[in-house]
Amino acid sequence: MKKLLVATMLMLFATSFAFAGNTITIKGSDTLVRLGQRWAEEYMKHNPDVVIQVSGGGSGTGIAALLNGTTDICEASRDMKEKEYKLAEQKGLKPHRASVALDGIAVFLNEDMPIKELSIAQLKGIYTGAITNWKEVGGPDHLIILYGRENNSGTYAFFKEHVLKGEDYAERTQTLPGTAAVVNAVSKDVNGIGYGGIAWATGVKYAAVKPDDATPGILPTVETVMSGTYPVSRELYWFFSGEPTGELKKLLDWALSEEGQKIAIDMDYIPLKK
Amino acid sequence: MDKLQFKPKSRIKEFLGEKTIAVTAFAALVAIMLIFIFIFKESLPIFHDEFVKEEASLDKMVFKQEYVEGRDPKWSWQPNSDIPKYSLLPLFIGTLKAAIIAMLFAVPLGVGAAIYSAEFASRRMREFIKPVIELLAGIPSVVLGFFALIVMATFLQNIFGFTYRLNAINAGVALGLAVIPIIFTMAEDAMTSVPQSLRDASLALGASPWQVSMTVVLPTALPGIAASIILGFGRAIGETMIVLMASGNAAVISASFTDSIRTVSATIASELAEVVFGSAHYNVLFFLGTLLFIFTFLLNMGGDIVLNRLKERFQGKIS
Repeated sequence: MKKLLVATMLMLFATSFAFAGNTITIKGSDTLVRLGQRWAEEYMKHNPDVVIQVSGGGSGTGIAALLNGTTDICEASRDMKEKEYKLAEQKGLKPHRASVALDGIAVFLNEDMPIKELSIAQLKGIYTGAITNWKEVGGPDHLIILYGRENNSGTYAFFKEHVLKGEDYAERTQTLPGTAAVVNAVSKDVNGIGYGGIAWATGVKYAAVKPDDATPGILPTVETVMSGTYPVSRELYWFFSGEPTGELKKLLDWALSEEGQKIAIDMDYIPLKK
Repeated sequence: MDKLQFKPKSRIKEFLGEKTIAVTAFAALVAIMLIFIFIFKESLPIFHDEFVKEEASLDKMVFKQEYVEGRDPKWSWQPNSDIPKYSLLPLFIGTLKAAIIAMLFAVPLGVGAAIYSAEFASRRMREFIKPVIELLAGIPSVVLGFFALIVMATFLQNIFGFTYRLNAINAGVALGLAVIPIIFTMAEDAMTSVPQSLRDASLALGASPWQVSMTVVLPTALPGIAASIILGFGRAIGETMIVLMASGNAAVISASFTDSIRTVSATIASELAEVVFGSAHYNVLFFLGTLLFIFTFLLNMGGDIVLNRLKERFQGKIS
């Protein structure tokens, strides 16, 4: 019985390798998935013998898949956690990280919300639950309705680290699957606030974010994110289970080339600094 | 000669045929056993692994914890925090809230429809109502969830002025839509299977159709109706997609039904995809799965027992 099991597993393993020849799987961040798909389409046009499968699921999902060996490239909107690096080490992997684009995390407000700008400190207060009413930040007298992302998302982790400074989200934060769902919710809720990649925002307005009380609010745009003046911006990564070689390396180099970065701009992502 | 057919050769065929059928009968049983064993096994480290216990022991899942010194102890579900918090209470409260609303919505509608269809509707009406309600069971739960998320949430908020658009009531009503056909079908079956002799006897004694239904048929079929409610409750507890989409997924402890909730099933669905294999979080999610399994299993078994008693009653074994 055990032999049979081992034999089947070996067979599965062998077939997965046989297919792996010219098939590249990319999995991970929902923020990056649209760009990954566009890149894959273009790359497959240039290289018809390569098949690239792109799927989302969240950065955490992608990293777990990379560690479990079920994906070649993991797209992530955050760095791997220390815990994950350790786990990779245990599994004998040396994850290779490459930045492929930039992204700003925008704060979304309903179009009818009179507030135009919020400081980082105010955002932290709002999302940790210290500030519960819009009037505390100069808005109407109404409870603030918090929308956020599920805890497997890189956006969730990034916002928690850089805006909440590691503190927990207020428990009444409604977690939604995907930035599109957050944008949809805020667009239907005058008292709602949400966050997500700026490439996603339609139907809601951005809040200008003030790094501190003295500095005027900055809107997330390609220029402000590229120059680093917009305070809530981040790098988007591709992780490999080791130094990329062969087809993987070709794909990465192409994504970072002028042509690849041009596609990123067309898709409303922000290209890497030259 | 015809006798040849009964020679041993064909007996072997019969034997094999019989055993094959027996195997198919046991396959489901084995599957359930294996599923339970696997799920339970994955949650075991909570009880014996020191490393896991430090993060998520039974204690920490059940009782209030003081996470930050000097702050009030609280029940909190924040598994991805710097200090992971695994209190199960908010999740169970959320699950119960959704299920209670679902039952408040589905029981009157389901049982009422069943009484009408079994007792008062004309034959033609019944042939129209039954398939339509049973059609409701055929709607995939993801479609119900999507409907609740996009359409019903806005509709309910406009009527009642909820602070939170996605809340326990919204999720519960959507769940109720999934539960109605279960309750309706079983309750209707229970009532139509009340022996005709009972009705005839009461009518002969001069009772009106309404009296027959309320004082004879309904009490006789009551165990069947109770079973339908129990099974419907089981479905409401375990249903995932609807609550994942329509409940807001915020693990809040409150008595208000207009707050957002996060249910056990939705938590497993949304968190199991990203969790690192073998971590405490992974084990806790499987523990939640085990609890959910045991709970729905007991409910189903309870429903079955009640149903069997109903059958015995019809056969006159219980007065």
